[in-house]
Amino acid sequence: MDYEISLATTMAISVLFALSLNLITGFCGQISLGHAAFLGVGAYTSGMLVKAGIPFLLTLPLAMLFSGVLGIVVGLASLRVRADFLAITTMGVGFLFVGVVRQQEIFGAEMGISIVADPGLSKPEFMLLSVALAAATALFSTYVRRCWMGRVFGAIGEDEDTVRVLGIDVPLFKLTAFAIGTALAGLAGGLYAQHLKLIAPDSFGFIESVTVLSMVVVGGIGSVTGVAISAAVLSVLPSWFQFIGDYKLLVYGGLLFLMMRFSPGGMAALVIRLSRSLGKGAK
Amino acid sequence: MLFVELAAQGLVQGSIYALIALGLTLVYGLLRILHVAHAAFFTLGGYVGVLVANQTGSLAAAIFAAMMVAGVGGILAFRLCYQPILDQPPFVPLIASIGLYIAAEELFRIVFGAQGLTYRNEFLQGQVVLFDFLRFKHAEVVVMLGSAAIIGVLSLLQIRTRIGIACQATVSDPQMAESFGVSRRMVGDINFFVGSALAAFAGVMVSLLNNLVEPTMGSVPSYKALAIIVLGGLGSTRGALAASLVLGVVESFGTVYLGQLLDRNAIAFAFLIMILMWRPHGLFARR
Repeated sequence: MDYEISLATTMAISVLFALSLNLITGFCGQISLGHAAFLGVGAYTSGMLVKAGIPFLLTLPLAMLFSGVLGIVVGLASLRVRADFLAITTMGVGFLFVGVVRQQEIFGAEMGISIVADPGLSKPEFMLLSVALAAATALFSTYVRRCWMGRVFGAIGEDEDTVRVLGIDVPLFKLTAFAIGTALAGLAGGLYAQHLKLIAPDSFGFIESVTVLSMVVVGGIGSVTGVAISAAVLSVLPSWFQFIGDYKLLVYGGLLFLMMRFSPGGMAALVIRLSRSLGKGAK
Repeated sequence: MLFVELAAQGLVQGSIYALIALGLTLVYGLLRILHVAHAAFFTLGGYVGVLVANQTGSLAAAIFAAMMVAGVGGILAFRLCYQPILDQPPFVPLIASIGLYIAAEELFRIVFGAQGLTYRNEFLQGQVVLFDFLRFKHAEVVVMLGSAAIIGVLSLLQIRTRIGIACQATVSDPQMAESFGVSRRMVGDINFFVGSALAAFAGVMVSLLNNLVEPTMGSVPSYKALAIIVLGGLGSTRGALAASLVLGVVESFGTVYLGQLLDRNAIAFAFLIMILMWRPHGLFARR
C-alpha cells in the first residue's frame, strides 16, 4: 500500500505543478521554459524552513509567497520581451536558478539538502493533503478560466495588441498570471521537498521545465482536464513500466515532438476531433 | 598575462559558438523557428567524425563525412519535421524542436552508450607557441581560422551568387521572392544543409579538443547558441557572430572572477538577461 500512496502523492504534485504552468502558458499564452525554477524556489524555501524548525504546514504559504514574488520579478521581464525572446529569457532564469543554488554552501551546493524533520503528517495524510491541493487548484483553474480575468488572459494570449487598444491594462494581467502560476508552483515545490525528503539543484533544471511543459502540451494547452490527466499519467508512466524508466526521456521527447507535429492542440484537441468524427459516423 | 590568456580562450570558445549559432540564425531568419534540435547535428557531427576517423585514419575524410551526413540530416529535419507545422503559432515548432532534441540525445546514448567515444589517432594535438604565456593547440587554431574562413566564404557567396541572393530575397520578403520564381523549399533545404554542416564541423572540432564524443555534448551548446542568436538580435548574422565572440570572452572572464557565485551557464544567461532587459530585441535588431 505504501507504494501506491507514494505514487498517488507524486501524481498529485505533478498535476498541481502542471496546472500552475497551464495558468501562465495555457491561459495567458506566455511561454515559460524555466518553470521548474519556481518549483525549486518553493522546495528550497519549505525545506530550509522545516529544517529551521518551523512547522511544515506553515512553510507552504511562505513557499508560495517567495515563489510568487520571484514570479512577479520574472513577469516584469515578460513585459519587456515577447514570444521567442520570452521563451529564451525564462530558460535563462531556469539556468540562473540552478547556477546560483549549485554554488552556494547554505543550499547544500551540488549535493542539495535532505529534510529529516517530521512533517507531522502520516504518509496517507500527506497524500490526502496533496490530492486535495491538486483538486483545489484544478477547481480554481476552471473558475479562473470562466471569470472575467480568465477571458482577458485568453485574449492576451490570442492578440496582445488588440487587448491593449481596448484599454485593458495588459501588464497588470500578465503579472497576475505570473504571480498566481509561480505561487502555485512554489506550493507544489513545498510538497515535493517534503515528499522526496531530498532536493538537489539538478531536480529543477531545464529537463524538469521541459517535462512539465510536455505534460501541459500533451494534455492540450489551456485545457484543465486534459492537462490534469496527462500530468497524472506521464508522471507515473516511468514507475509503472520499468522498461520505460530507462527510456523515459526518449518517450517524453518523442511524445512532445509527435504531439506538436500531428496534433498541436494536444490530447484535448484529439479527443474533440475523435468524438466529432464518431458523432458524424453515427448519423 | 592572465588577461591575454583568458581573452584567447574566450575567442576559441566564441569561434565554436559562432559555427553553431550561424546555422541557427540562418534557420531563424528564414522560418522564424527556434531550432533547438540544431545541436543534435553538432553531436551527430562528432559521432560521424570519430567513427570515420577511427575507421579510415583520415581527419579530412572524417570532417567531410560529418558535414555531409549532418547536412542531409538537416534537410530531412526541415522537410519532415518543420515544414508541415510552419503555419502554427511559434510555440508549436519550438516545443516540437525541443522534443526532437531530447529524443535525439537519448538515441545517441542508447545507440553509442553513455560513456562516449574517443579518437584512436591523435589529430591536431601539437602546440603553437606565440609567446611564453600564449599557446594554442593546433585544433584551436583550426577552429579559429576555419570559422573565420567559412564565414567569409559564405558571406561572399551570399552576395555574389544567384542562389545566395535568392536566399536573401526569401528572408526579406518570402512572397515577393516566390513570385520571382525562387522556390522557398529549395532555399529552406540550402539553409538547413549549410547550417547543419557547420554545426557538424564544430562538433568534430570540439570532440578533437576534448578527445571525447558523448551523447550530452550538444546540450550546453544548444541552449547557449539560442542565447547567442537572441543576444545578436534574432535572424541577424552579423549580430550572431558578434554575440558569439562576446559571449565566449564574457564566459571565460566570468568563470574566473564570478566562479564563486555562479556557474558557467548561469554567467552566460545572466549576461543574456541583462542585455535583453536593456535592448529587448537584442544587440543588432533588424528594424
